[in-house]
Amino acid sequence: MALLEVKNLSISFGGLRAVDDFNVSIEKGQLYGLIGPNGAGKTTVFNLLTGVYQPDEGFIHLDGEDITRLKTIEINQAGIARTFQNIRLFKELSVLDNVKVGLHNKYHYSTVEGLLRLPRYFQMEKKMDERAMELLKVFDLDGEADYLASNLPYGKQRKLEIARALATDPKLLLLDEPAAGMNPNETKELMETIRFVRDHFDMTILLIEHDMKLVAGICEELTVLNFGKILTQGKTSDVLHDPEVITAYLGE
Amino acid sequence: MSLLSYLINGISLGSVYAIIALGYTMVYGIAKMLNFAHGDVIMVGGYLIFTFVSTLNLPVGLGILLAIVLCTMLGITIEAIAYRPLRNAASSLAVLITAIGVSYFLQNVALIIFGANTKAFTSVVSAEPLKLFDGQITISGETIVTIISCIIIMTALTLFVNKTKAGQAMLAVSEDKGAAQLMGINVNGTISLTFAIGSGLAAIAGLLLCSAYPSLTPYTGSMPGIKAFVAAVFGGIGSIPGALIGGIVLGIIEILSKAYISSQLADAIVFLVLILVLLIKPTGILGRKIQEKV
Amino acid sequence: MKNRNIPKKLQDNLITIGIVVVCYILVMILSATGLLSNLLQGLLVPLCAYIILAVSLNLTVGILGELSLGHAGFMCVGAFTSAFFSKCMENTITFAPVRFFLALLIGGLCAALIGFLIGMPVLRLKGDYLAIVTLAFGEIIKNIMNVLFIGRDSHGFHFSMKDSLSLGLEEGGDVIINGAQGITGTPKDSNFTIGVILIVLTLLIVLNLINSRDGRAIMSIRDNLIASESIGIHITKYKLMAFTISAALAGIAGVLYSHNLNSLMATPKNFGYNMSIMILVFVVLGGIGNIRGSVIAAVILTLLPELLRGLNDYRMLIYSIVLIVMMLYNWAPNMIALRKKAANRFGRKKEVA
Repeated sequence: MALLEVKNLSISFGGLRAVDDFNVSIEKGQLYGLIGPNGAGKTTVFNLLTGVYQPDEGFIHLDGEDITRLKTIEINQAGIARTFQNIRLFKELSVLDNVKVGLHNKYHYSTVEGLLRLPRYFQMEKKMDERAMELLKVFDLDGEADYLASNLPYGKQRKLEIARALATDPKLLLLDEPAAGMNPNETKELMETIRFVRDHFDMTILLIEHDMKLVAGICEELTVLNFGKILTQGKTSDVLHDPEVITAYLGE
Repeated sequence: MSLLSYLINGISLGSVYAIIALGYTMVYGIAKMLNFAHGDVIMVGGYLIFTFVSTLNLPVGLGILLAIVLCTMLGITIEAIAYRPLRNAASSLAVLITAIGVSYFLQNVALIIFGANTKAFTSVVSAEPLKLFDGQITISGETIVTIISCIIIMTALTLFVNKTKAGQAMLAVSEDKGAAQLMGINVNGTISLTFAIGSGLAAIAGLLLCSAYPSLTPYTGSMPGIKAFVAAVFGGIGSIPGALIGGIVLGIIEILSKAYISSQLADAIVFLVLILVLLIKPTGILGRKIQEKV
Repeated sequence: MKNRNIPKKLQDNLITIGIVVVCYILVMILSATGLLSNLLQGLLVPLCAYIILAVSLNLTVGILGELSLGHAGFMCVGAFTSAFFSKCMENTITFAPVRFFLALLIGGLCAALIGFLIGMPVLRLKGDYLAIVTLAFGEIIKNIMNVLFIGRDSHGFHFSMKDSLSLGLEEGGDVIINGAQGITGTPKDSNFTIGVILIVLTLLIVLNLINSRDGRAIMSIRDNLIASESIGIHITKYKLMAFTISAALAGIAGVLYSHNLNSLMATPKNFGYNMSIMILVFVVLGGIGNIRGSVIAAVILTLLPELLRGLNDYRMLIYSIVLIVMMLYNWAPNMIALRKKAANRFGRKKEVA
């Protein structure tokens, strides 16, 4: 059975059908792309999947569990983590602490244990530090662990967002335009990283991207959205050669 | 009958709040700041009229006009010196605290010049009281003038914002400063103009307030200022009709609470109503809902 | 830009607490040698209360990132509930330290409870709306305290919102809270040493909270609520936690404050929005989110008007000008750029030399 199973997902904003009858099925370990022109409703799909918006119709199943209409927090705990199109880091926290916030629900100690600095505080903090550094190393950010997140260069901020999302130990990772604003070299490096994440963490990844090189390079399957509707769906190479898709992108 | 006269008093007090609230709401709408010193401009207006009319014996009309002009200039100066440099500050708290500093400053200047003693403000309103229902209800001249002033100001301001170029510029700047600038609107000038109008109105509010409650101290402006701000929030901050509705509702609640519940608890009741309104409608009665885009 | 962030948090925190302890020792020496004027002596306990208030408000403003203009309200709750308790128990618990300890618990818990109840609905509001609601809350508390009458006689407690006569006390009954006159004759259980101990405890609580799992969650909400939610942080829970702890600490400051006063009244000056704003000024001038800064700003800004006392009427005027100038100097983007430029030039010269 597929890891993510979405059926008939729809939402309207003031009469406008932003997402109309969206269906997708993603297998475990797949690298899946969601593409389409600007305003096609891609980010809205992400927002529906993560509970930022509640769908008017349809259902979302993750690993056999119905997560439709759950709250954002519950969806994260069920196993979906995401990054954002406009980077949303905790700017005034250190790089390390950004990841440690992501580890929040994985390592517990009570408020009192924290305030009184009881032994469990130190044990857990140590474990969190170790795990966070491990994750930072994957993204080559371990050298900057003490920096304020806002002081990282742009490309590294995007990576930190992925590291933070991975810290919540998700089953499915949603990346919203991870290569936006990167130069070709950075993009190439990012492609390596995304592949590495999939292999190393045995992760399933759904990503939105405009960079066709990246999409063609790493995505195994694609869904193309246009005006909120699915234009076509299937193997990357087939989809990218579909004349309808080319028209949607280039116009008539 | 007494209820009716309380209602009229409430509308009158509310009209003053509404005029003050306009200053808050316009400044908030355009500069996105709580101008804590606004209430103190009212006090300055009160003292100016007091000085011109009672001390220097100038004609009432001239005294009022001078006070309005001076308060307008005061507003522009405050904005230019204390607020403008902080417009793009990293924290919006910076300008809030500066406004508090300006408020202290105005209060203490007044304290040094006029002393802490209460000045008896002689009403400058010469309208005859109106007797209704065979004298069962008397509406004072001050009340009539206050309500009429409020109606005139509201109408004029609405027309100004909707029909003039400068008014449209204000709307544009409050919507998006950057875009307005790109469209060739003089943003600094527009913000100055907003402060000018707000402060001029504060002078009028000072006149009306002190005519109705004829005692003047350096702290006269702060409580009405806070309440008018509450009125602005209540009505939906940034909205001109909101300021009117907020002001009137607040004035009526205050007067009725004083009359029927407890004069000492009247303020508490006003504030409680505000909290309840905001809990039900988090942006006030006429406020717009702003949602952050994800 | 290589901005190394908080390299040794623990060391940093120790410095903050160290400063407090050193100041305490200095004041004790000055006081023993008689160099401390009566006026300053009288200011010591209120100063401790202000420091605790500033630190606790910084938890709300700097760490949680929500603006509160009603902090004095929580202080008021702590002050009145604890003074009420101490006055009732004056003859029952005669050992002052125990009585004061219980008063602290009661004042802190009552303020926390009110903070929790207020916070639950109100923390949904954003920014300036939250500020105005907290301001309104502070004024309501102050107003209620001014019309509240509580007396005690052999039948137990009597309440009234009108006047002391309508309490209907029998002869020999005691009016404990007397409306606008407040509470008179609270046992003087607090002193400077207790005040400093409470400051240190407050610092430990707030600094330990910040550097913990909960603290990170709170700060993540401040920095980006949407991202925070997306990685499973329970927004309401942590907002409420920070707000409630902040209220409890303000309540404790109130307990300290009230047990140093012979007559406790809820005037606009001590519990009104003026007080809330004064504390906010400490927080902003000391640095939003900078706990040590709050302590230092509270000390300087409390002492400044006293040091300017010779200038009589002009002192508050000067205070206000200093406030405006400091804000412009610290926050105006043009000033910051100018200062950076100056620092660069200065720095380069130093390197050459």
